[in-house]
Amino acid sequence: LRKNVEDFTGPRVRSDLGFVTFDITADILGGRKGMVFFLTCIHLQSIFDWNVKQLFLYLSAEYSTKNNALNQVVLWDKIMLRGDNPRLFLKDMKSKYFFFDDGNGLKGNRNVTLTLSWNVVPNAGILPLVTGSGHVSVPFPDTYETTKSY
Amino acid sequence: LVSFSGSMEPAFHRGDLLFLTNRIEDPIRVGEIVVFRIEGREIPIVHRVLKIHEKQNGDIKFLTKGDNNAVDDRGLYKRGQHWLEKKDVVGRARGFVPYIGIVTILMNDYPKFKYAVLFLLGLFVLVHRE
Repeated sequence: LRKNVEDFTGPRVRSDLGFVTFDITADILGGRKGMVFFLTCIHLQSIFDWNVKQLFLYLSAEYSTKNNALNQVVLWDKIMLRGDNPRLFLKDMKSKYFFFDDGNGLKGNRNVTLTLSWNVVPNAGILPLVTGSGHVSVPFPDTYETTKSY
Repeated sequence: LVSFSGSMEPAFHRGDLLFLTNRIEDPIRVGEIVVFRIEGREIPIVHRVLKIHEKQNGDIKFLTKGDNNAVDDRGLYKRGQHWLEKKDVVGRARGFVPYIGIVTILMNDYPKFKYAVLFLLGLFVLVHRE
């Protein structure tokens, strides 16, 4: 699946996000597990002002199932300290945490949405959560795969 | 609430002072830092929400993890407990002040400040001896 480069704009940040390709396989073992690969290019320079100590970035999948009206699963996270390279170019990343559903709600689910968000951790003060404005939909197939392709 | 473990580093360090809110109507969402208590344990834990499954009627079960921990908190929960619920939540971390930490940070970033502190401490000791 190919997507155009999208802009993420939050109140204090301008970042580029490129979703070039991602693969999804559903594993037949136990609960209904989804593995998500993605390629992202993120640029978060302007958010690091004098009072920003770090950003806690996380990619979360949000979807609805018969069992639960709202599900949110963090697939990947990263701590970016002030001074770290603010450009992230991550290729073919596997999800860091197992994407288990509470039930069988991933099969045939066309409406799984991935969003990138971050928690701004200041040197002192408020801890805001900011959600990037772009998002990508990840449709899961109707059938399970019998072999693991990780 | 004073943070006393290192499981949320590098965001919070031991000695940091956290400010919490506890509005029941605030929905629990991933990425938030919640303060919760495990049944039968006194000490509250401050970790980040990793996963939520919420029903139409608002019943929610969620999983947490410390930023600095390699695994999620299931090992910390009660035996047989896989999820936290709204009733386990004591508050949400909205802000913090690096309480004791700030002095060491300043001393690290500004060596002149460190020398001044040491110099003053030295003076203090001398004056007291007399």
